[in-house]
Amino acid sequence: MTLIVDVASFVLILAGSFFIVAGGLGLMRMPDVFTRMHAASVIETLGAGLLFIGFMLQAGFTLISAKLLFLLALIFFTGPVVTHALAQAALQAGIRPYLAEDRSDRPDGPPKGSSGPRRPGEEG
Amino acid sequence: MRQISLFIALFLFWLALSGYYKAFLLAAGVGSAIFAVYFAHRMTADDEEGHPTQLFLGTLTYYPWLVWEIVKSCWAVTKLIVDPRLPISPTLTRVTATQKTTVGLATYANSITLTPGTITAAVDGNVLTVHALVRDGAIDLEGGGMDQRVTQFEEVR
Repeated sequence: MTLIVDVASFVLILAGSFFIVAGGLGLMRMPDVFTRMHAASVIETLGAGLLFIGFMLQAGFTLISAKLLFLLALIFFTGPVVTHALAQAALQAGIRPYLAEDRSDRPDGPPKGSSGPRRPGEEG
Repeated sequence: MRQISLFIALFLFWLALSGYYKAFLLAAGVGSAIFAVYFAHRMTADDEEGHPTQLFLGTLTYYPWLVWEIVKSCWAVTKLIVDPRLPISPTLTRVTATQKTTVGLATYANSITLTPGTITAAVDGNVLTVHALVRDGAIDLEGGGMDQRVTQFEEVR
């Protein structure tokens, strides 16, 4: 039984490491800041996720596993916020993304210059 | 009701982090949790945005679905990265979010960002500006499948 858990956790840790290395490689290969962020999000989702699940299998049903779970939840909830803040800051700073196609002005898309942020209970 | 749920969540969090089960320390944990709930209430951080208990049932099916989406797109992005030709086609697009609450809108925007290959770069009202690594990712989002899934998640009671 311990052997099965060990093997499973080794596989998970190796798979997580693979995605982290792949994300790092992507960071080097991608052409601009936005495309690099896509590579980085592989690290923070599947890379960190598989690594942590592998660690949890090693720790067993203990408080350490609970703490690893908290850390995973922290990464899961703060990661997209940080990525979004970075992307928005880059856009605001006037960095033009390297694009193959700009579909933000397509005719069937949402209208430009919509109203400000919606609050709960407001229409629209 | 929401306060009780927040208290239980905070106390369990405290308990898991401390790992000591002596009467004095347990009482200290209860006291800390009560104070934290009191302060959260004064800051009105315990409303349906700060502690959305109404979404709990929805998360049971939404999170597994989201995790599977993340795994699929992670694999797709990894294949792009290791491809020697680096066949990316970065695309900027704008999509409309149909969620009714700010929690739902934030969930949708964060789900887009969390899925590798798409990033929410700006939010203006209910229109999201999304940067996608490949053209197909942008077209997928414009189709609105994920938007509908999040709206459905938001409406589960």
